[in-house]
Amino acid sequence: MDEILHINNVTKAYEDLTVLDHVSFSVNKGEVVVIVGPSGCGKSTLLRCINAFETIQDGNIVLGGETINPCKEQLHAVRERIGMVFQSYELFPHKTVLQNMTLAPMKVKKIGRKAAEQEAMALLERVGLTEKRDYYPRQLSGGQKQRVAIVRALMMHPEVLLLDEITAALDPEMVREVLEVVIDLAAEGRTMVIVTHELSFARAVADRMIFLDGGRIVEEGTPEAFFDAPGTERLQKFLHSFTYQG
Amino acid sequence: MDTQVLLSYLPRYLQAFCLTVQIGAIGILIAFFLGMVAAFVLHFQLPILSGIFRFYIELFRNTPLLVQLFFIYFGLPRIGIMIPAQACGALGLGLLGGSYMAESFRSGLDAVSIGQSEAALALGMTNRQLFGFVIFPEAFALSIPSIVANVIFLFKETSVFSAISLMDLMFTAKDLIGLYYDTTEALFLLVIFYVIMILPVSLIGHLIEKKTHDRIFGA
Repeated sequence: MDEILHINNVTKAYEDLTVLDHVSFSVNKGEVVVIVGPSGCGKSTLLRCINAFETIQDGNIVLGGETINPCKEQLHAVRERIGMVFQSYELFPHKTVLQNMTLAPMKVKKIGRKAAEQEAMALLERVGLTEKRDYYPRQLSGGQKQRVAIVRALMMHPEVLLLDEITAALDPEMVREVLEVVIDLAAEGRTMVIVTHELSFARAVADRMIFLDGGRIVEEGTPEAFFDAPGTERLQKFLHSFTYQG
Repeated sequence: MDTQVLLSYLPRYLQAFCLTVQIGAIGILIAFFLGMVAAFVLHFQLPILSGIFRFYIELFRNTPLLVQLFFIYFGLPRIGIMIPAQACGALGLGLLGGSYMAESFRSGLDAVSIGQSEAALALGMTNRQLFGFVIFPEAFALSIPSIVANVIFLFKETSVFSAISLMDLMFTAKDLIGLYYDTTEALFLLVIFYVIMILPVSLIGHLIEKKTHDRIFGA
């Protein structure tokens, strides 16, 4: 399989605190990798390192053969190839749904307005939000905002999509509408790295699971093995903390 | 009140009104751009310039406009810098206003979250695109209520122009009272013309607020 993203021995530390400790894994084209782990285990930091929002102290990250270097001038060219969706949506409040989606393609990729809007409308239709095209973000529900944020990222045709706890800020009844979009993308063969607390969703969408604890990869495997036969005590404990029947 | 007197005063008030609006508008325009530059410098903490602008803002926010005008109109000629009264008025108002506008814009810039920058960068934008398309428009919209308040405040501050013998509304009223003692008529017209000048600013300001700030961020 084509390897698209390679995380190689990545170490991230804030002064004395080591957040990521020699983390290595790779992501193949079309693969969905889901990272779970307790709060503060470094999941989000890992995603932020991939998109060079954090500098790393050791190791490297390679995207399609090109090493991502946070100090590099042309960082935006690398980020253009990676899509990222945040827990807090981060739609641009002064732009309508349609403008949120077309801004980057028009300014960064220099795509014409008409073509960009056409593509945006097709994506909005896919996530059931065509009639919201001229709404401002504050007029949308959390679930709608997050769906817009996802399709906004897709507008840039990213090679890899990073989803950072995208349902963590949502009311329970809105989680599903967002996760269904992600499942749909997985079925289409999108390459994604997902950080989430929704274990049943993880199981449904993942090709491979990674359990991160204390900045290290503790366990890695297929969803079946991961959930049904966890190999380590720490993962067993972690999975157990999500169930309530003794 | 004598209508005859009111009518006879009207042309002088109209003239003064035009002058006040003109100098006021130019001063506010200066304030606007000066404030924007100062806010930019302070927000991004540009070396050296930050110190200069910080000093400027503190100096002009903490002294009365009257004192500033005296300094520009009577003080600067002593060191050989002669500025005509009208330019003094606009400059003084611009410098005072700039210090207030700077704080308005800066609070707007500071209020744009880091998450917004990261979202824009994650979409592949360069720093320049990030500032031009995301940070600046958002900060501007956030600043609008406070900018509108500043504009109204600055239009009212024009009343001290009379101190450097500019024939503004205030000067005209004092002059006419001194000449004819028709105090009631003169003051009545003074109030009316100030209202005519500032009320539209206030109304248009609220309209802009509604159209931008409220539509984006909620009332």
